[in-house]
Amino acid sequence: MGGSNKSEVKLIDESGKRHDGRSPEDLRPIRMEVGVLNNANGSALVEFGRTRVIAAVYGPKEPPQKYVALPDRAILRVRYHMAPFSTEDRKSPAPSRREIELSKVIREALEPVVISELYPRAAIDVFVEVLQADGGTRTTGVTAASLALADAGIPMRALVGGVAVGKVEGVLVLDIDEVEDNLGEADMPVAAAPDINKVTLLQLNGVLTQEEFERGLEMALNAIKKIVEMEKETLRNKYSKVSLEEV
Amino acid sequence: MSYRKVVVPGEPLEPDTEGDPKYIVVDESGTKRAAVIGVIDVRDSKKYFSPLEGAYVPKPGDIVIGIVTNVGITNWLVDINSPYTAVLNVQDVLGRPYNPVTDDLNRILSVGDFILAKVVAFDRTRNPLLSVQEKGLGRITEGKVIEVKPTRVPRIIGKKGSMINMIMEETGCNIVVGTNGRLWIKCPESEKESLVLLAIKIIEREPHRKGLTEYLRNLLKQEKLIRGA
Repeated sequence: MGGSNKSEVKLIDESGKRHDGRSPEDLRPIRMEVGVLNNANGSALVEFGRTRVIAAVYGPKEPPQKYVALPDRAILRVRYHMAPFSTEDRKSPAPSRREIELSKVIREALEPVVISELYPRAAIDVFVEVLQADGGTRTTGVTAASLALADAGIPMRALVGGVAVGKVEGVLVLDIDEVEDNLGEADMPVAAAPDINKVTLLQLNGVLTQEEFERGLEMALNAIKKIVEMEKETLRNKYSKVSLEEV
Repeated sequence: MSYRKVVVPGEPLEPDTEGDPKYIVVDESGTKRAAVIGVIDVRDSKKYFSPLEGAYVPKPGDIVIGIVTNVGITNWLVDINSPYTAVLNVQDVLGRPYNPVTDDLNRILSVGDFILAKVVAFDRTRNPLLSVQEKGLGRITEGKVIEVKPTRVPRIIGKKGSMINMIMEETGCNIVVGTNGRLWIKCPESEKESLVLLAIKIIEREPHRKGLTEYLRNLLKQEKLIRGA
């Protein structure tokens, strides 16, 4: 990709605006919804701009294979998957190397907040399905999974939110999309639980100086605070809406 | 001063908030936080947290409604709407030692049967053990069993049974509430049964509503007139 396109596409214009009109510190429009699936114990749909991810949670339940159970806590099983229609060219539905890795990364982003000791020998299944991919699917996935876990009533120490910071044309930008990811110089996905001051996911692809890294992490954490606040609002609305319904 | 508010996971709670310790976590700085979506009831400076979501974890002494899922050699496996499958031993049902020559487990209870049972032991290292050695317990042979969220059970029962007694009074049905979120409804006629279902559905949808018992009493009275029951 990149390479030859680099000169044609201006990722940052003269006024400092990005290719989609956002300023470097702007998030894409975010939409969150919980309880979107009937058959799962908990579910959530999260959109960051054109990235759209649905998450479903089953459990705690008895694990289908007894040998995977742990004697002192529940196991968390996460499956990150991109739908064949989520990308421009059809993606093979078979789990790829990348999807297996992201499943692990998302699991490890959730494990610090899920209070799994309450359900020894049980299993909690989290399915993260990318319906439409436009950059930042893993962070959107973490956000959706966190909401779905809360919707399922799995005890959690705090809610987790995620966002990616990137560097394009030497400028640090928040919540990068596909174009900025492909043509930019760096991509740093971050997930954190601001309530308990914990970073649960931190990856970096590309090169950042130490100053850029520190500034980027700060930008991401500030954005995650806003994202988690939106998650809380979404969960509260699930219940406060019904009481206003009838008089 | 009394009010109610919805809290979400990670939200800080006042230090004097009471409630099920399972659903209240203390973080590294010592702050109490809600672990699940729930409601804080503030009444005369007393704060009580009750969860709105969560799975049923068996506790010895609980009366539960289970479905037989498997017949073993000397026991039955019972689904009790919890992460753990319960076990019911054959000696307990027979009340005497089991004789493999004369006793056929499939004749006593078979897959799909509903039972009302009591949890007698559960220590999290082994699956919960059930017993039917008490009056009223055993196979369910009539009526209807419905499932609600286990966290709704305290609200369905109400303070000292105020809610469930009101529903039984207004409809004339007999309702047995299983702690695991299954309700056994026995009604003289099906018209009354639909009234019970209507009330239960409203409780399940809006458990945090103020004055819910009185609201449902009026609703049931009206519905009875409309339906001519």
